[in-house]
Amino acid sequence: MTAQLTPVLTRNWGDDRAWTREAYEAQGGYRALRKALDIAPDDLIEQVKDAGLRGRGGAGFPTGMKWGFIPQDNPKPKYLVVNADESEPGTCKDIPLMMASPHTLVEGVIISCLAIRAETAFIYVRGEVLHVVRRLRAAVREAYEAGYLGDSVLGSGRKVDLVVHAGAGAYICGEETALLDSLEGRRGQPRLRPPFPAVEGLYACPTVINNVESIASVPSIVDEGVAWFAGMGTEKSKGYTIYSLSGHVKRPGQYEAPLGITLRQLLDLGGGMREGSELKFWTPGGSSTPILVAEHLDVPLDYEAVASAGSMLGTKALQVFDQTTSVVRAVLRWTEFYKHESCGKCTPCREGTWWMTQILGRLDAGEGREGDIELLLDLCDNILGRSFCALGDGATSPITSAIMYFRDEFEAGMHTPSWELFPPDRSTLFGAEVSV
Amino acid sequence: MTTAEAYSDETMAELRELMGRYPDARSALLPMLHLLQSVDGRVTTEGISLCAELLGISEAEVSGVATFYTMYKKHPVGTHHVGVCTNTLCAVLGGDAIFERLCSHLDVGNDETTSDGAITLERIECNAACDFAPVMTVNWEFFDQQTPASATELVDALRAGETVVSPRGATITSWREAERVLAGFEDGRVDEGPAAAGPSLAGLEIAREQGWASETGGSA
Repeated sequence: MTAQLTPVLTRNWGDDRAWTREAYEAQGGYRALRKALDIAPDDLIEQVKDAGLRGRGGAGFPTGMKWGFIPQDNPKPKYLVVNADESEPGTCKDIPLMMASPHTLVEGVIISCLAIRAETAFIYVRGEVLHVVRRLRAAVREAYEAGYLGDSVLGSGRKVDLVVHAGAGAYICGEETALLDSLEGRRGQPRLRPPFPAVEGLYACPTVINNVESIASVPSIVDEGVAWFAGMGTEKSKGYTIYSLSGHVKRPGQYEAPLGITLRQLLDLGGGMREGSELKFWTPGGSSTPILVAEHLDVPLDYEAVASAGSMLGTKALQVFDQTTSVVRAVLRWTEFYKHESCGKCTPCREGTWWMTQILGRLDAGEGREGDIELLLDLCDNILGRSFCALGDGATSPITSAIMYFRDEFEAGMHTPSWELFPPDRSTLFGAEVSV
Repeated sequence: MTTAEAYSDETMAELRELMGRYPDARSALLPMLHLLQSVDGRVTTEGISLCAELLGISEAEVSGVATFYTMYKKHPVGTHHVGVCTNTLCAVLGGDAIFERLCSHLDVGNDETTSDGAITLERIECNAACDFAPVMTVNWEFFDQQTPASATELVDALRAGETVVSPRGATITSWREAERVLAGFEDGRVDEGPAAAGPSLAGLEIAREQGWASETGGSA
């Protein structure tokens, strides 16, 4: 039987002291780095291009192509910045990866630096994950001690320095240009593009910004080969990836599989929905991706098929909600999140998220007014494509998609509170305990 | 007295060390503010002045940064910072009920500190552990699959000064000590806790049961 799950990045997570260099090396770690040192930088870029690796942080942009945009004739230093600011609601893959096997990321950083000819790299990790920060710092220290990092990587004469940088609580810093401003010691607000980071990024120097999982996938491509990687997945979505299953399911967790597996297959593997549960709606890739419903259970979870279904693969954060959940309540809470996290730089997002929160708040309370649904859709229309960065766009996704699939529930918000239609304690994992 | 004289030589040296880690010293501002929170228990006017002095930027610029990020606190934080995720998934699975229970149990509201100074309670946004929902944090260490009952037990233990250990992290110290680690100084606790637990291993365990793990990679 063909393997439905293909643990590569997650393979060593259950190992004893997997976070240490010793354990990582014992299972083949840093072998890819030794290989990479014998490969010309441009050939490394070609390998990643040929493998078909696409960004795992949400956008799905081809990683090798991004690397190729770095102008090598530019005399300025080149930088690699790893986006480890994992904060998209529902997304929870990079944090366990860095907790369990930080050396996978460190090895990926070093190889990627060799490819793009960067001598300095940064891992920008969100601040709210203390133990992950510990594990990353220790891994970097160990990598220096072993000569993997420093002025001459394994005596090659190639220099790579790596700094672990903890953020301070701001979802917007997951947006790559906001991340750069934050890393420069400023408020995390997105930059106007062009210039693109590949030309003027960190300190106005050529910069590659990649997601943790993208960079962590690089050693496996170098070690196991382009054909091996490209042999998994679908035509345009190659390789394996980590799917994060959460919500009203029997077995939430991290499932590493070739791109193109379906939610139905993942649910079947994990024993399905929780007892008495029926799938009501789900996100394919975090709260910024339009919600899907039961009719999409068999949509292959790759970039193209999810887009064809009207959503986005995003971060592959499969948040699953059952029939006990009020979609109005869920969407209100997500909208409150976007309002809280809007950086305030551009008007559509800053003002629009506040307006939408007010309208959704009264619909949730059963105090909606005639025309509120149309007003919400009109607001979304004025934010989508008109805000400075994707945060504004993302804020409209749950609203427009939820109204499309569950308009009745929004209409019920004209007269009945969500908590009467969907008592919240039925949705919790400990229903009976709440009333104690 | 200049602002710098209000801080110990050790703190000054550590701030300068942080500045030296980056090609451009201003990049150290976020870590410097984390470090000053570990010293002062919050971001103070003096701390802002000191960062401005050291980096050669205006106090307004430092203030602008300090007020942008939610982890920087203008009011004193308790010994422990307790976070309850109330973003949609955690909220629906029980985060709202947990937060309400803690508010009444501790007699505080959001971003408020208990009268004994032991705990500051905060609603937090998605903390990237949705497969462990409902999720709480103590000093930014994970406490997974919580219930109202387990949450009250947890805060009671913290208030009583008992030893509390994160199921996926280290022994709980204090918010200030956590801030010091976030600033960039190791505390020797990296080897505490497991590599991964529970849901993090769900797919791997199924793959092993099915004998699929061996199919990955020619050299595995």
